[in-house]
Amino acid sequence: MKPAPFDYIKATSLDHALAALAAHDDAIVIAGGQTLVPMMAMRLARPSCLVDLNEIADLSGIETSEKYLHIRAMTRQAKVLASDIVRTKVPLLTKALSFVGHTQTRNRGTLGGSIAHGDPSAEIPLCAIALNAEIDLASQSGTRTVAACNFYEGPLMSVRRADEILSEVRFPIWEGGNIGTGFQEISPRHGDFAIVAVAVQLQFDADNICRRAAVALGGASPNPVRAAELEAALYGQRIDAALVAKIVGSIDRVLSPTDDLHASAAYRRRVAKSLTMRAILEAAI
Amino acid sequence: MSEIKLTINGVTRTASAEPRTSLLDFIREHLGLTATHMGCEHGVCGACSVMLDGVPVRSCLMFAVQADGHDVMTAEGLRDADGAPGVIMDSFIEAHGMQCGYCTPGMMVATHALLSQSPDPTDDEIREAIGGNLCRCTGYAQIIEAIRIAAQRLRDAT
Repeated sequence: MKPAPFDYIKATSLDHALAALAAHDDAIVIAGGQTLVPMMAMRLARPSCLVDLNEIADLSGIETSEKYLHIRAMTRQAKVLASDIVRTKVPLLTKALSFVGHTQTRNRGTLGGSIAHGDPSAEIPLCAIALNAEIDLASQSGTRTVAACNFYEGPLMSVRRADEILSEVRFPIWEGGNIGTGFQEISPRHGDFAIVAVAVQLQFDADNICRRAAVALGGASPNPVRAAELEAALYGQRIDAALVAKIVGSIDRVLSPTDDLHASAAYRRRVAKSLTMRAILEAAI
Repeated sequence: MSEIKLTINGVTRTASAEPRTSLLDFIREHLGLTATHMGCEHGVCGACSVMLDGVPVRSCLMFAVQADGHDVMTAEGLRDADGAPGVIMDSFIEAHGMQCGYCTPGMMVATHALLSQSPDPTDDEIREAIGGNLCRCTGYAQIIEAIRIAAQRLRDAT
């Protein structure tokens, strides 16, 4: 038994959870717990009260509307990975999820939990930023929506207030077909956090000309970043290795990697370029 | 203290524990079932894998209070009704799918999870299924062989 003592509240509804969160100083929510529980065991997190979201049925589920794939925050990563709707509507997410942890952690870990936690090299936040997902934050005063590109303020830091619960993430559906996806990462072992990861989704017209491009990189900045200049350079082009090699250099201007235990900043820059080239060519159908 | 009532290996058990008690500690210390091993205690090694409501999870990464009302199966649940080693256990013995044995209960639970979904797995599927279980003796080849044998025997039995 390693965590410090805490009070435990099993929330039965989102309203119940929000009320419990508001009523206790220093209360936090537990989603899948795959990061929070180790942090509590190491006493890096020491909440006085834990509000459990796991028994709230309507915080789980996957649905589509006209423009969006809606994923409720507590939907397990394993369910998202296995979902045919996700594979059809937002194929990049399916591809990325196979890199997230292992069977045992995906059975418990949630989509919303990973986004709320905001590890700089995590795959799910990377996809949310690549596709500019919308993130719902519920509180007792209502629900506000934040674009994924405005959600993070630094590693493990977001605009979510302490009294808010991330309730849903919406991924835009790219209508019209002819979509290619690429997901590339380098990590010490498969399933580990990435040193650098790259997510790409491209859409082509009937002549194989790129008409829409999303490219984002994780692990080489405090939070995942879009490579807008590179996306613009892909637009209107027929994509091949020579083109990609010529335009990939612009990602240097959006990256701000640092040295750490796993890799140097210089290595991250170098590998980011290689992985971006591979991911774009993987997505070029 | 919280009262926790759960089904473990088909038997309903009730015990009290502090909210901060992990499901792993609860299983070992409160319920006295010691097949589930305590390895890294932060979700990396897989030695503590158990089935929760039919899917494999790490018992060190949840609190026992969260399992209240749920169904848990540990490696003890892989025995036959008469207490003899079940097919998966027997296959690990047959192939000597272990060296020190510490990771073995987690490996067998991962095997059970795989074979209940995929009775005829490829070697890649086997490797993926035990990808979250570390064997520090690095005896993976025999573990994979044990899983192949278990899959064959379970298919032959049905």
